[in-house]
Parts: sequence; structure tokens; C-alpha cells
Amino acid sequence: MDAIETMNLTKYYGKARGIINLSLTVGKGECFGFIGPNGAGKSTTIRTLLGLISPTSGSARILGKDIVKEKTDILRDTGYLPSEVMFYPGMRVRDILKFSADLRRKDCSEEARKLCERLQLDLSAKAEELSYGNRKKVAIVCALQSKPSLLILDEPTGGLDPLMQHEFFEIIRERNRDGATILFSSHILSEVQRNCTRAAVIREGQIVACDSVENLAKTNARRITVYGAVDLTGMDGIRDLKSGNGSASFLYSGDVNVLLRRLSEGHVEDLSITEPDLEEVFLHFYEKGGEQA
Amino acid sequence: MTIVKHELRQGRTAFLLWTGSIGFLLAVCIFLFPEMKGQMDSVSSLFSSMGAFTAAFGMDRLNFGTLIGYYAIECGNVLGLGGAFYASLCAVSMLSKEEKDRTAEFLLTHPVSRTRMISEKLLSVLIRITALNGIVWLLSVGSIAAIGETVPWKELNLLHLAYFLLQLELSAICFGISAFVRRGSLGIGLGVAVIMYFLNLIANITEKASFLKYVTPFGYCSGADLVANGSIDPAMAAIGILIGTAGVIAAYLKYTKKDIH
Repeated sequence: MDAIETMNLTKYYGKARGIINLSLTVGKGECFGFIGPNGAGKSTTIRTLLGLISPTSGSARILGKDIVKEKTDILRDTGYLPSEVMFYPGMRVRDILKFSADLRRKDCSEEARKLCERLQLDLSAKAEELSYGNRKKVAIVCALQSKPSLLILDEPTGGLDPLMQHEFFEIIRERNRDGATILFSSHILSEVQRNCTRAAVIREGQIVACDSVENLAKTNARRITVYGAVDLTGMDGIRDLKSGNGSASFLYSGDVNVLLRRLSEGHVEDLSITEPDLEEVFLHFYEKGGEQA
Repeated sequence: MTIVKHELRQGRTAFLLWTGSIGFLLAVCIFLFPEMKGQMDSVSSLFSSMGAFTAAFGMDRLNFGTLIGYYAIECGNVLGLGGAFYASLCAVSMLSKEEKDRTAEFLLTHPVSRTRMISEKLLSVLIRITALNGIVWLLSVGSIAAIGETVPWKELNLLHLAYFLLQLELSAICFGISAFVRRGSLGIGLGVAVIMYFLNLIANITEKASFLKYVTPFGYCSGADLVANGSIDPAMAAIGILIGTAGVIAAYLKYTKKDIH
């Protein structure tokens, strides 16, 4: 049984597009990345899975349960960290954590204490006095304190300083090792590359790629950097060309022989050919009409 | 009952302020009565000769010189209007505030069904209104006893019961509205209470508009009718209960299917 399975999941806000025919599966115990630019449909997908909004068509199952009919059962075993979270004014952090645990009808005080210690969260702070980062920490503890078997994290690191981000991912990896499934939405590709085994890329409401992070990063394109005077005009397979100060750097996915002939016609002082990093590979997914490298 | 407790804690300050204000004003009115009683002959004739204004507040049919006559009018204005405002404001933001204050994503991603959430929020409104009315009733009875007057139990209870029913109806209507709106709900709540109040004044002034008494819950709260008849008009109350029930049903139907933003 997969942890998450969506079948042609579609959501329209009136006439506006949310997500279209989204089909993906996340296996149990997987750490799955969900990548896409702002407005691509990541949050719409997550909000549909959590029952905050109803799908226009299609269906989805989480932990084998239907997201529309068995919403409450799903939420019992799901921890959710929203990208932006607000709490009730007047409540202190300890009250918020207790309220969240009470809504789950669980005593999570021991786990909450451990998490607060690791995230250096002040339990007596008032909700309205919390910074964005501290609100995020409270939301992290709320999502994790009941030890759910599925964690849905929407842009989880916003507002956290690098040390806290490190600690957060450490906790997430521990949970993943203990068997929790993680759906991790982000537009920070390096975070996904470091923490996820598989990922899907969403653009304009549709999945444009879904594979292991390793395979997604695989490409025949190379980052070429040439120092000297070379005329590259009219060449096929060149993308992301940056030139200046006597050098040119570009992603090349054309015929290597053609490139070498062209380079030999010019004056090359130095040359480097490297594999592009994940960020470069994924960037074209973000651009309208882009194709996989 | 987690949400009930949470809501009661969240609304504690507003509850204390409204209960305190209404209770205090009612008590002040009652403590003024002994002084007013001596001057009532001239006051009554003055109040009964203000034409439409007199009719609007039912002062043409109540004797301002008796405690219950005086209380019915004062109670109508203080508890009637104050209670109506509180009930409307409290109910109209009950569901909508989660989206307005952006706490919906937190609350609704916990394993609580929408139906349970609506029920608990509705129950918290009911508890607040019941508690307000209970405290205000106690203060009224205490104040009447304190000025040495005999408590007119039947009429007093009837008046308080009518206003309790009015608050329940208004809160049920506003609770229904709360499921539909995302922001600006307080203005709507206040508007509903004010419109209902003025509909009753219009119904009292002109015979042609007397049918409005069946629309507004203030219709079955007329102190003059309650004191004269010794009962709440059953037809008006039944319509009120129906309207209130429709408001609550609308809240369930809408909010259980609503897309939360």
C-alpha cells in the first residue's frame, strides 16, 4: 500500500487553474520531494490531500483511505507543517502545543518537551509575540509531537536560520529512519537533493517529471566554460549562456564534435567541462515551455 | 469538548465586558427606579404623549410608574439591544474568524471533523449566551431585591426568556452567515442586530408595517405584549425558531463542504 496515491486529481478555483490531472504515488517510508515554482500548484495539492479544499475531479488515497470520505481518519495519522502559520492571540506556546495534542486526544508532552529543547523554543512566549521563524518552530512541534506516520511539509524551512534548518532536517531524517513517510514541498532544490530519494516537479498545475532525484539530475548536458575568443553564434544545443570578461559559460546538450570543431576555430585559453548541478538541471522545468535536459 | 473550552477561553474578555456592561446598566436602571417612582406621574404622561416615539418603544401600553412597566422598557433597551449585539457579534465571527485570522489551516488539519468543529463552536456560543443571561438575570433579581421591591417573578422571567430566545435566534442567523463569509463579518453581525431592532420600531409605529413583527425577533420581545398577555406570542416565536434553525442548518451545509483558504 502506498502512503499517498493521487489519480487524476484536479482542482479548479472557479475558472482559475489549481492542479490538473495530477497522478503520483509516494511509497510508505519514502522521503518524497515536491518541487515547483510559486503558484505551480504545490500548496493546492497539499491542501486537497488534507481536505482543506475539495477536488474538482479525480481522487486520492492517503494511507489507503479516501481523502474525501475518510478525511478525519487520515488526519489522525498525519502531521502537517504549513508554509505560513498563524496561531490564536493570547495563547502561549505551551497552550498551543497542548491544544494541538488535545485535538488529537493524545498526551504528547514528553515528545513536545524534547522537540522544544532541540529547536530552542520558549514555551512561555505569547503567540502574537512570535517571529516568523518561531511560529514555524511551534508549527514543527505541533506537526511532529504526535509522531505521525505521514508528514506533509510545505516549504518547511522558511524563517529558520541555518542552524535550525540543520536541526530540523536532522529530526526529519530520524523520523524517516523510524518509518515515517515524508512529503516535502519546496522550491529550494538543494534541500530536496539532500533529503529526498524521489521527487516530482510540478509546473502550471501539472506534473512534468517524477523520478528518483538521481535520475532527475541525470542529463547529457554539460556546463562548458571557455576562456578566450570563440564565436558561438548559430550553434544548436546551447542554453543559459553567460558571457563577459573574455569568457563564456553555457549548458551544452548538442553534438560534442561540432562544439570541439567550433572551439578549435577560435582562440581558447582555458576550458572546463563539468556536470551541471541539480539547480541548473531543474531550472528549465520552471520556465514555461521548457523541456527536460 | 476541546474546541468548546478553547472558544470559551478565547472569548473570555469579550464575554466579561459585555456581561459586565449589560448587568451594570440594568442594575443602574433598577437602582434609579425608587427615585423615578416619585416623579412617575409627570414622566408617564410625558412618555405617553410623544406619538410615534411612544408607540415605537411600547410606552403607550406600559405603566412607567410600576416596576414591571419601567423594567420592561429599560430591559428592552439594555438587555434587548446589548444582548442582541453580543449574540450577533459572537456568532457571526465564530466560523469566519478561522479564515480571517488564518488559523483555519492549523485547526482544520487536526483530526476533527468539520461537523464536530461546527457543533462545538455552536455549543460555545450557546454556553456564552446562556451564561450572560443567567448572570444578568441574577443581577436583576438581586438589584430589585436590594431596592426593596417585590420581584415580579412571572413577568420578569418571561421578559428574560423572550430576550434569551431573541439572542438565540440572532446568534443562529449570524452563525449561518459566518459559514459563508471570510472577512468583514463583525460589520454584518452588527448590521443584522441593528436592522432587526429598527424593523421592530417601524412595526410599532405604523400599522401597515406590523407584519414586520413576524420577521424580527424583537417582535416577540415587546415588553407591553409580554406583560399584558403573560406569554410569548407562539406564532412569532415559532417563526423565530424556524429562522434560527435554518441559520444553523445553513452553517452545517455550507461549512462541511467549504473550501478553506
